[in-house]
Amino acid sequence: MTTILLAIVIGAAFGAVLDRVGASNPSYINTMLNLTNLNLAKTILLAIGTGSVLMFGGQMLGLVDVGHMSVKTAYLGVFLGGLLLGAGWALSGYCPGTGVVAAASGRKDALFFIAGGLLGAAAYMVSYPAWKASGLLDKIAGGKVTLGTVPSAKYEGLTALPGDILGIVLGLGFVALAFALPKRLMGQPAQTQPAE
Amino acid sequence: MPLNWKTGGLLLGLVFFAAVLLVKPIGVSTQFVILDGIVADAVNPDLVTKTDEGYSSTNTYLAESGGKYAKSVANPLNYSFVFVIAMMAGGLLSALARGGIPVDDRWVPALWRVNFGDCRVKRSVAAFLGGFIVLYGARLAGGCTSGHMMSGMMQTALSGYIFAAGAFAAAIPVSLMLFRKEV
Repeated sequence: MTTILLAIVIGAAFGAVLDRVGASNPSYINTMLNLTNLNLAKTILLAIGTGSVLMFGGQMLGLVDVGHMSVKTAYLGVFLGGLLLGAGWALSGYCPGTGVVAAASGRKDALFFIAGGLLGAAAYMVSYPAWKASGLLDKIAGGKVTLGTVPSAKYEGLTALPGDILGIVLGLGFVALAFALPKRLMGQPAQTQPAE
Repeated sequence: MPLNWKTGGLLLGLVFFAAVLLVKPIGVSTQFVILDGIVADAVNPDLVTKTDEGYSSTNTYLAESGGKYAKSVANPLNYSFVFVIAMMAGGLLSALARGGIPVDDRWVPALWRVNFGDCRVKRSVAAFLGGFIVLYGARLAGGCTSGHMMSGMMQTALSGYIFAAGAFAAAIPVSLMLFRKEV
């Protein structure tokens, strides 16, 4: 029961924050992806950095259970799937999490995104054996690995570097990148058209 | 107006940290599979079956990893599924508290309107197609923006970096091609 309560509290907080940072607004996603407004990219970088520093810092102080980490397998399909997700993300302006938040908050086009998503997930379930047979799902570089070796974690390290310290350093790197990134990378701010 | 990136990024980071502190890293896209499974199992009750060791399925994907997904299909009241329902409630309350989504934006978002006009059908078809590609890709990759990119990179997972490289390598060029006009 406690876990269900946590699901409700953390889930609701996540949904609310996604709405507030603009991540469930397709226009805001695409002004990030077409590099004209990088505010959301700065938000994401700062979030990853903050989460990383707190998690690894907490582990070093013994306040965060290392066993709560959940590292996914690395395989070539991760890159391929990433490419597909990226293309659909730009086309629709939604990713799975922001799509459900957008639909709930009253965006009708997000309902079509979810319908397409359910069909896409079903198509994958059906085609899974073919992917499995292709070898693209075979693990690479050790599979479930972290960049450094995290003390007492159940995952291997890609390198022997101390994973917790590396996590804090990379986390601070993400924070620094969030500050360093310019507000826009492409083109010039829209000019006001002279009156006809 | 969205939150300032410093406040927003800090809040978002705290949510990701709270999740891994209290339970486990955040992920969303698996729940599309679980919902598909719930619907398909309602139509065809033979899809997911209880075995001596747990759960299994006639679908290879649901039966994978010792029937982990099959178990969630059979028991929808689990952490990850409830998490996504709660996200929707949180998103709704937050949107209502700031006055709701502007009426003009509810079918066709502003940036799309400037570039492709205000045809609802055109926008809905694009959203549907996008959804299909996003979830097919997410399942092939084994996670999405939340699970791979945010939670993964936060944990220094190699897979998270591979995923993010793929996602942005496609998303940026596609967005640059599609959205040339600014709001």
